[in-house]
Parts: sequence; structure tokens; C-alpha cells
Amino acid sequence: MLNDSLKQLAKRLAEKEVSSVELTTEFLKRINQLNPKYNAFITVDDEKSLEQARAADRKIAAGEAGPLTGIPVAQKDIFCTQGWLTTCGSKMLSNFVSPYDAGVIERFNAAGAVNVGKTNMDEFAMGSSNENSYYGPVKNPWGINAVPGGSSGGSACAVAARMAPAATGTDTGGSIRQPAAFCGISGIKPTYGTVSRYGMIAFASSLDQGGPMAKSAEDLALMLNVMTGFDARDSTSLQREAEDYTRDLEKPLLGLRIGLPKEYFAEGMHSDVEKAIEQALDEYRRLGAETLEVSLPNSPLSIPVYYVLAPAEASSNLSRFDGVRYGYRTEYYEDLRDMYRKTRGEGFGPEVKRRILIGTYVLSHGYYDAYYIQAQKVRRLIAQDFKQAFTQCDVIMGPTAPSVAFDLGEKSSDPVQMYLSDIYTSAASLAGLPGMSVPVGFGEKNRPVGLHIIGNYFSEASMLNAAHQYQQVTDWHQKMPGL
Amino acid sequence: MTLSIDDVKQIADLAYIKVDEDEAKAALAKLSDIFKLIETMQAVDTTGVTPMSHAQDLVQRLREDRVNESDQRELYQSIAPQVEAGLYLVPKVIE
Repeated sequence: MLNDSLKQLAKRLAEKEVSSVELTTEFLKRINQLNPKYNAFITVDDEKSLEQARAADRKIAAGEAGPLTGIPVAQKDIFCTQGWLTTCGSKMLSNFVSPYDAGVIERFNAAGAVNVGKTNMDEFAMGSSNENSYYGPVKNPWGINAVPGGSSGGSACAVAARMAPAATGTDTGGSIRQPAAFCGISGIKPTYGTVSRYGMIAFASSLDQGGPMAKSAEDLALMLNVMTGFDARDSTSLQREAEDYTRDLEKPLLGLRIGLPKEYFAEGMHSDVEKAIEQALDEYRRLGAETLEVSLPNSPLSIPVYYVLAPAEASSNLSRFDGVRYGYRTEYYEDLRDMYRKTRGEGFGPEVKRRILIGTYVLSHGYYDAYYIQAQKVRRLIAQDFKQAFTQCDVIMGPTAPSVAFDLGEKSSDPVQMYLSDIYTSAASLAGLPGMSVPVGFGEKNRPVGLHIIGNYFSEASMLNAAHQYQQVTDWHQKMPGL
Repeated sequence: MTLSIDDVKQIADLAYIKVDEDEAKAALAKLSDIFKLIETMQAVDTTGVTPMSHAQDLVQRLREDRVNESDQRELYQSIAPQVEAGLYLVPKVIE
């Protein structure tokens, strides 16, 4: 049952072979058994989860079940969840029991899914290795010394270790795709504006986007059907017709034009990753797709641009954490200003402080044009590259990350090296395009490799189709780490 | 651009983050590396390019001017560090 797809689990539930309470108990048992070793969850609350499972069983008995009713889903601790501790991986919110539900949580609740716990993450989603969590690093199920990637590392680990059939993540510059690649699972960041940001704790608002993480493309499609949709409480939520993301899964790939950016297949990609990616592309050619070279000439600039824009937005967003209305407040202070400074000095970790400082600096008088405005201009050039590329191809493919998961501690003292692990993912984020990662084999030390698929705006169904067809003829997505 | 330790302290001050001497020193080294990376984008000729602030061309939605939220003051204040009579308490700012 641990390796079942969401569809198979729903079938077992529908046929009364298993109840949601039994299913939830099974996964909670696994979480409680494995979490001390992997640290994928910050909060687990068996009673709350079982209460939801009982409600789901009543729904199933009444014949009101949807595709996710009764299915356990792990929620990234960035989504405000009423009555649950919601920490965002930070000391600043270490006492924050959310008084309301995020839009995404409401949707899962309405669908009858069971929340099996809040997953660990880099503090305020700032990181690529999960080492920036106040709650300690998450371990990679494919190698206890390896990072799981970040910032949605807890969610990636939970799915990879089969502690949950599926999970939510958020992606600002690669935070769904890179951990999905490192942990050998599938993950998709949909087009900016399709998943509500209401109650999703903000990092960089023009880039942040929620999305699902699961074993397969089919599971992602079912998750997206629940997660997406207009939310008036998010000012950037798009008003669009509801989509069925499973609709194109079975289409043949004959004639699919796959663009391979020459900048992604250049210096920087490790040879073990390259080998797995080339094999995956061969598989696509056998499936009838054609590959052609495209160019994204400005994409090497996406990391510098990202590290101006994301910190700038973060410095503004994180100004709300002041110790007045909720969250951590320092114990001893002289006056209001002292309280703010100590609260923020003690409540934020080093990486979050660094990014706030970068953001404050690039937005400050005298530097605004040279950094912030220049970065916004190059952002447009990066977006235009994609527009041009999509006149030649239907999807873009390449590696999700330049290497397989690196070791814990390997890059934690060198932020620049850490930032560069998002070299392939951040460009799509800046353009607002959908991007996904699917497992396509193993590299060094038997650690997973992810294939990055970037699609045009709102082409998630075609991307999922491309991933699903690949997963019909390969079994990388079904590989389970020996724990 | 070269940052100094005083720059770091001043930025931290603007951001209302207390940093001690050691933290400022550690931050200086790392921030200098990061700015070296950032500055690689400054050589790009962006003459005539319109800054892109957002991934979608959106205009702010308008809605009818009517009440659509209920009062949740008690609930929201139940998690505040210090409240009194419905007000958030902070240290005295006016003598």
C-alpha cells in the first residue's frame, strides 16, 4: 500500500478494502517510526489527523467521496493551518498556532484529504538544502548523509520515504523541483497565479507559488485539480476556468517538440546527471518526440537577478515579524525600537537575516536603480528568451539541478555555492512559467537525478502528459529507498 | 562595490535587526561574495527594456464597497504576545 498511487488508494477506499482511519494510521505509524531519523515533519498530531480521517470515512460511506477523500497528504509548514502550529521553519513563528486556514488548506479540507502533519523546510523557504531550518536539517532517504534539497525538503523526504502518499510544497526559485529531484520524486510548480497564496507565508510574492509533490505525474495531476483555482483573497490569483489536469495524460507523444537549451547542457552539469538526462531524452525520442536545440541566452543571469529580486521582496514581506501581533518576542528590551531589533535579531536565522540585509541594501537610496531596477530589466530579458524558445518547441527539458544531492554541510558555509544549485530552476520562476521535475535515474552514490520540464504558461496538462507517458515506460518513479 | 563593516551595521539598523560585532563580521564576508555574484548582471545592456515587476500582466481587481469580513479581533489577539482591552501592547513610545 505504501507504494500505491493516489488512484489505487482511492480505489481501495471506495471498495471498502481499507478505511481512511486505517490508511491514516498506517502512514502515521510510518511517520512516527521514521521521523526521528529523517526529521521530515515539524508537527505530527495523530488525533487531529484521525479526526479528519473519521470525517472522510463518513463522507465515503455517504457516497460523497472525491478523488482525494480520505487520502493522507503532508502539508508544508508554510501553509497556515487552523489549530496547527505553523512555524515556516523559523524560531520567529515557533509559537504560532494559526487562527485560520490558507486557501490551499481549505481546498484540501473541502476535498476530504487528511492532513498527516506539517513538513520541515528551510526557514521562510530560504534555502536549497533544508539546513536552514530552526528545527534542524532533514535527511535524504537515499543517503542519510545527503541533503534532501530545499526549501520543500521535508515534503520531498516524506514522499520519498513513503511517510505520505503526497505532499504540498512551495517554489520561489526551485523549492519544489530541486528537492523533488534530490529525493527521486515528482513535483510541479504551476504557472504563477494558479494556486492561491492566501495564508501561504510570503517570501517573495512575485515568485512564490504552491504546488504538489508526489510519486508520479498522475498523482500530481490529481493534486493540482484540488489545489488550483481562483481565490479573491490573493490579489495575484488568476480568474480562470477550472481545468482537469488529468485530461491529457494518455495522449501519445508523437511529434512533441522538446527544446534543449544549449546553456543548460553546458559546463556545470555533472557527468552522472548528464548521463541520466541523455538516457531520458533517448526514451522520449523512442516515444515519438523530437528534440531540438534552443537558446536561453540570458538564463545564466537568473541567479544574480533572483538574488536581487527575491531578497528585495523578502525584506519587505518579513518586516511584518515585529513581535507585536503574533510570534516570537524577545524577553528583555528597553524601548520599542530595541524590542523590534532584538526580536528580529533573535527570531531570524543567519540566512534569513542575510537575505533581509541584501534586500534592504538593494532597495536603499542610491542603489535602487543599479540593482533593483536593473534586475527587473534583466528579468524581462529572461522571460523574453522563453517566449522566443516556445515559438520553436512545445516543452523545454534539461537537468533540474547540476548535481545529485550533495552532502550535509558541504555547501552550508558558502551561500554562493548553495545558490548555484538553483541555476536551472530560477529562470522559469522569474518568468512565472510552470516547471516540474521527474525522476529519471541515479547518479553518484546511488542518489536520484531529476529531469526538469518547463512548459509555456498554463500548459501544465501537456507537461504532465509528457511526464506520465515517460512514467508508463520506465519505473524510476516507483523506486523506493531501502530504509 | 566594496562593503564595509559599518555598511553592514547600517543596513542591519535600517532593517531593525540587531547584530553583534561577530555577526556583522561574518555577514560582511558572505555578503561581499553574494554581491560579487549579483554584479555579474550589471554589465548587461538593458537600454530601452521595461522593468518586469511581475510574472503576469495584471491589474488590481475592484470589488463592491461592502463589508465581507467578520470581526475576528478576539481570535487574532489570542495569539499576541501582549494585549489589553483589545489593544496590542508595546513599550511606551511617547514620554
